[in-house]
Amino acid sequence: MNATATLYPRRFRPGFWTAVFVLLFLAFCAVTVIRYTKGLGAVTHLSDRFPWGLWIGFDLLCGVGLAAGAFTLTAVVHLFNLKRFEPIVRPTILTGFLGYSFVIVALLFDLGQPWRIWHAIVYWNPHSVMFEVAWCVMLYTTVLAVEFSPVVFEYFGFHAPARIIHRLITPLVIIGVLLSTLHQSSLGSLYLIVPSKLHPLWYSPMLPLHFYISAIGAGIGMVVLESYLSKRAFHRHLEMDLLEPLARGMVVCLGIYGLMRLQAIHRNHALGSIFNFSYEGQMFLIEFTLGVILPVVLMSFRRLRSDPDWLVGGAFLAVLGFVMNRLNVSITGMEAASGTRYIPSVMEIIVSVGLVATGMAVFAFAVRTFNIFPGGPVSQTLEQEEGA
Amino acid sequence: MGMGLLIDFSRCVGCGACSSACKEQNKLPEKIDEVLTAYTWTIVQQKEGINVRSFCMHCDVPTCASVCPVAALTKTPEGPVVYDGERCMGCRYCMMACPFQIPKYQWDRPVPVVGKCIMCAGRLKEGKQTACAEACQYEATTFGKKEDLIWEARTRIRSKPGAYVDHVYGLTEAGGTSVIMISNVPFEKLGMKTNLPADPPAMRTWQVLSNIPDFVGVWAVCLYGVHWITARREDVAKAESHNNGRGDRS
Repeated sequence: MNATATLYPRRFRPGFWTAVFVLLFLAFCAVTVIRYTKGLGAVTHLSDRFPWGLWIGFDLLCGVGLAAGAFTLTAVVHLFNLKRFEPIVRPTILTGFLGYSFVIVALLFDLGQPWRIWHAIVYWNPHSVMFEVAWCVMLYTTVLAVEFSPVVFEYFGFHAPARIIHRLITPLVIIGVLLSTLHQSSLGSLYLIVPSKLHPLWYSPMLPLHFYISAIGAGIGMVVLESYLSKRAFHRHLEMDLLEPLARGMVVCLGIYGLMRLQAIHRNHALGSIFNFSYEGQMFLIEFTLGVILPVVLMSFRRLRSDPDWLVGGAFLAVLGFVMNRLNVSITGMEAASGTRYIPSVMEIIVSVGLVATGMAVFAFAVRTFNIFPGGPVSQTLEQEEGA
Repeated sequence: MGMGLLIDFSRCVGCGACSSACKEQNKLPEKIDEVLTAYTWTIVQQKEGINVRSFCMHCDVPTCASVCPVAALTKTPEGPVVYDGERCMGCRYCMMACPFQIPKYQWDRPVPVVGKCIMCAGRLKEGKQTACAEACQYEATTFGKKEDLIWEARTRIRSKPGAYVDHVYGLTEAGGTSVIMISNVPFEKLGMKTNLPADPPAMRTWQVLSNIPDFVGVWAVCLYGVHWITARREDVAKAESHNNGRGDRS
């Protein structure tokens, strides 16, 4: 047992993290009560000048975008038939499903009257990008739930429904990719309507394509990151033979995306505003250097891609750059036109962090219980290791 | 072409009768806020020595109505852009999208709705003019058919050369609006948006959205095609390795 303890010193720390989680949960509950009794103004720094803040910029835009690994990997395995990636499909679908659930819960906070969220199903406006996003998110969350359901069916020993879903997997994956293509890009289309408000470093008629390609790149980055986090939490080994080629895909996506961004800025005649030391220019430089150029350059070297530490670093940069981009589009780029500064309130941050923490806790519970990682539920593999 | 309002900044004395009349008509709290809020739908502000009234422009192709996922905002044939608080779920995309930054939200309420001028749509249906136009003693706010108002605006500009800026605000801005404005001080100096494209912003998203059905069909066939090819390749590879195993490679 001593050997195990020195091998996995981390196992003695959950006490600390549990305390953090409980405190966060209590704060989260308090904010929830205030939000629903006193209104949005009591908990957020949103205003008439700045009606969309962190909950849209981070929770919605990043939550959906970073879950793009699910449709990417299902397409790679089931449509491009690269079956060797199959072992990491289940955790990716789980992350996707949790990501979309996170978005829906966040919307229940952000919407002024969340109990009317079903109105989007009843009252139609096909001219609205938001209407399309609402439908796609709704349908795709269902697709993800169905794609994940065999795991749960297996757990309870229902093999018939699992077999039916297995047979329907090709159309299911195609529908998933279609829906994802539509709403991943449409999150960019949301901003097409504000040409006079969004800063030219980010506005472009090609925004839908920017959002789509960067989501695939960052979605792959998330697959790498989540493999790494599971490795640390559950002492699993990193599937380098699968993650290294995925990183290559990420480099291609980010490379195309980076070029398109520069072309768009050139077309807006805004290349000058990158280097004019303006607030927007500096935020763009940080976003683009850290989140696009650096990961593309680093991950272009096979030696760095094949080194677990560098690989995880590259993936982390891609995800960070993605988050910065979404926050820049939704917040930094909109501030000048709004005539005000927006900095999220502590309570807004508590809700976002609380939801992410909940998602991670559910993920941890799921991989302990269900057959998600190759080799079965994590608790069992741990016991096997300890027994050995 | 519908009805509209003509606002003449040079005639406005800043008495605020329009704001008060609006409050009474729409049963809003009496206090007139300094800026537009969910509870104050029209204000008059002193800028560059003149009185500038601001409220909803009632666009011909309203951006707010195009972005609303539940169609809570609609353009009526008479001209007003009206709001259905019973439908609204509070996504606030209208506030984001409005090129004039008009819709405001009840941030202080647990059950909030959007607030903005609805051009007294109910009064218009009864054949009456808007409350603000009725209250204005100085013809700074004039109600009428939009084509008559455009003619009136041009006549006022032409009859006093040099007294007005030679521009009718709202004829082309964001694709044209039911409310038009004339001024003796350049509009950009009054903090009004003069860089708005003449094509309605709603067209930019509709160009994308209207192509979705075509795109879905083509993309679905492409995806199935990829699956078909890769699956077939796998079958062929299997068959070949099977043959190789038996050693009859021709």
